[in-house]
Amino acid sequence: MPAVTETIDAVASVTEGPYKYGFETDIEMEFAPKGLSEDIVRFISAKKNEPEWLLEWRLKAYAMWLKMEEPRWPAVKYPAIDYQDAYYYAAPKNKPGPKSLDEVDPELLKTYAKLGIPLKEQAILAGVEGAGDSPSEGGRLPVAVDAVFDSVSVATTFKHRLEKEGIIFCAISEAVQKHPELVKQYLGSVVPQADNFFAALNSAVFTDGSFVYIPKGVRCPMELSTYFRINAKSTGQFERTLIIADAGSHVSYLEGCTAPMRDENQLHAAVVELVAMDDATIKYSTVQNWYPGDENGKGGIYNFVTKRGACRGDRSKISWTQVETGSAITWKYPSCILQGADSVGEFYSVAITNNYQQADTGTKMFHIGPRTRSTIVSKGISAGHGQNTYRGQVKISPKATGARNFTQCDSLLIGDQCGAHTVPYIESRCMSAKVEHEATTSRIAEDQLFYCRQRGLSQEDAVGLIVNGFCREVLKELPMEFAVEAQKLLQISLEGSVG
Amino acid sequence: MLKIEGLTAEIDGKQILKGIDLEVPTGEIHAIMGPNGSGKSTLSYVLAGREGYEITGGTATFNGLDLLSMEPEERAAAGVFLAFQYPVELPGVGNANFLRTALNAIRRSKGEPEVDAMQFLKLARARMKELSMPEDMLKRGVNVGFSGGEKKRNEVLQMALLQPGLAILDETDSGLDIDALKIAADGVNAMRGPNFSSLVITHYQRLLNYIVPDRVHVLMNGRIVQSGGPELAKQLEESGYTAVQAA
Ligand SMILES: Nc1ncnc2c1ncn2[C@@H]1O[C@H](COP(=O)(O)OP(=O)(O)OP(=O)(O)O)[C@@H](O)[C@H]1O
Ligand SMILES: [Mg+2]
Repeated sequence: MPAVTETIDAVASVTEGPYKYGFETDIEMEFAPKGLSEDIVRFISAKKNEPEWLLEWRLKAYAMWLKMEEPRWPAVKYPAIDYQDAYYYAAPKNKPGPKSLDEVDPELLKTYAKLGIPLKEQAILAGVEGAGDSPSEGGRLPVAVDAVFDSVSVATTFKHRLEKEGIIFCAISEAVQKHPELVKQYLGSVVPQADNFFAALNSAVFTDGSFVYIPKGVRCPMELSTYFRINAKSTGQFERTLIIADAGSHVSYLEGCTAPMRDENQLHAAVVELVAMDDATIKYSTVQNWYPGDENGKGGIYNFVTKRGACRGDRSKISWTQVETGSAITWKYPSCILQGADSVGEFYSVAITNNYQQADTGTKMFHIGPRTRSTIVSKGISAGHGQNTYRGQVKISPKATGARNFTQCDSLLIGDQCGAHTVPYIESRCMSAKVEHEATTSRIAEDQLFYCRQRGLSQEDAVGLIVNGFCREVLKELPMEFAVEAQKLLQISLEGSVG
Repeated sequence: MLKIEGLTAEIDGKQILKGIDLEVPTGEIHAIMGPNGSGKSTLSYVLAGREGYEITGGTATFNGLDLLSMEPEERAAAGVFLAFQYPVELPGVGNANFLRTALNAIRRSKGEPEVDAMQFLKLARARMKELSMPEDMLKRGVNVGFSGGEKKRNEVLQMALLQPGLAILDETDSGLDIDALKIAADGVNAMRGPNFSSLVITHYQRLLNYIVPDRVHVLMNGRIVQSGGPELAKQLEESGYTAVQAA
């Protein structure tokens, strides 16, 4: 079945209920004891059979975290988090490191099938080793998927095909074992351990995540994709992703997330680091659909994420695209450090807050090299009692001669109980730099809805259509296969917001 | 058949429709004329189910269905189509996507299979050719940046695609150039048949030379004050509404 059809099927199944992904998978779990301490950090490191340097690195992060305070500046409100009341390690039992898909617990695969993840080509699912290496059928591009289930990375498809190109795409725990020199060189080089409270926490206890290395001059022949899922109760998920694009290489990476419905709040504190060398391009897309909590604001994921890319090389480019529909609270600012001359940073964002969801999201563009350019397009949609803040920083250093930034922030309000806020910080210390900022706020007009409904669209389809139109500039940046899914997600997230 | 009896409606506490009685038998085309502000658009909105109007009395049925109790999209599914006097812009929503979504919504409600993108393009292109519309209007945002006349043509295109049983055309001729007027009229005439009826709201007799109505009604101050054959429109053109009032 072609991935597009698969995605569409998945989408069709999604449209049936309010939060279709809210099922739990019945798999025996292995937990570390609740709470956080130096021992837990050692436990995780030992579980993963890590080298001494990494344990030291974690312990250093933990020591720094203890001295840090949770940030209070984001425009989000939540009760104090008890960091001792969560599990920091939860792994599906008896499968700490599957070598191939056939070793994967079938229950897990079923979960991914339910999620509609193109994890499995049918042949692979049937357990045929190397089936994923066959050329793509139907002329479509294959998608290589790594899936992270609670704390452990369970499967990476298309490995052999990628290996032929010299591309490394595996769980970061595997990379620690097989490519320690790369991990050691780059881990924490973009987001240092003490960067912020949640990054420090992640550095101490991260359990898995994806690792990507694209060698010099290689264009990655397929989309790389990771699906994250929090399943176990009271677990935090702290994944760590590291992507390195060597000179002249090119990669497009997609991250998707879901979690089952739960009454309590769960913490997700990920760190993503990207490094682009000379003439390299990294496109990083996120479709975030963590459980947002119910219509009264009960439950939901706290999504406190640090994402940052370094354009180290000349003419390098990092492009972030995010569609944030889930989570009770979203706190993230995918950023670009534009060091290389003529390097380019982009940030395209759609953030929806419905019911009692809160989002404080945006980006930071640090212009360091000459003639660096950045583009920011942010579309915030607030409905119900949702609060949506765009927070963006554009900083231009004296050496960034001829640097340019263009920022556009549009807010769409649905109903009159919600809020939209735009907080741009612009700091230019270079005379020849040019910074532009545009912002608009609008509402879905009654005549637009009526026009659509007169043509036969239901109220919800009409809202979906108008919202998708509002987000078009961002959605068109998504890889084709996922654009359809994202569009449906937008609509689902807004169900019941009008009328 | 569209049957309206004693229909009264108000907006923001102001009564606009003051007792409308009107019958449009299936297969017929009726014209409604009347001075600015007399309630023509209000009548079309009330029939299509726009929010904000309070129906204070009377009934409106289409083929026996009680329109006034239905949602706007249900009325659309039942075959009621309104060509807007002021078509609405939908920024970022591609015209093709919008038209196909609408067409499939209507088809679904009729239990017909949906059309895929390719089938739709074929259909739309054929209709657009008939209406002399440039194809690039499919790619643009719905009505965004369209000229006044282009917006009206886009309404006629939607009617041609959706094949309604009752088309209410609210001043679709206003803003059309001479050639476009004829093309749009041909579009309506092509729909004529035993299962189609239409209410054509216009200020100009000119349109009625192309779409010859079975009946002409004059709406003034929220009431139908006079009805007649096509010759009534010509009469109005010559003597204006003051004559009607006096009569
Ligand atoms: N919200 C409102 N509050 C008060 N009066 C309103 C409101 N909306 C419309 N009206 C009035 O209702 C009357 C009828 O308007 P309508 O648009 O139906 O007229 P029309 O016959 O279509 O006129 P035209 O030929 O200019 O299109 C007008 O006097 C208008 O000002
Ligand atoms: Mg009018």
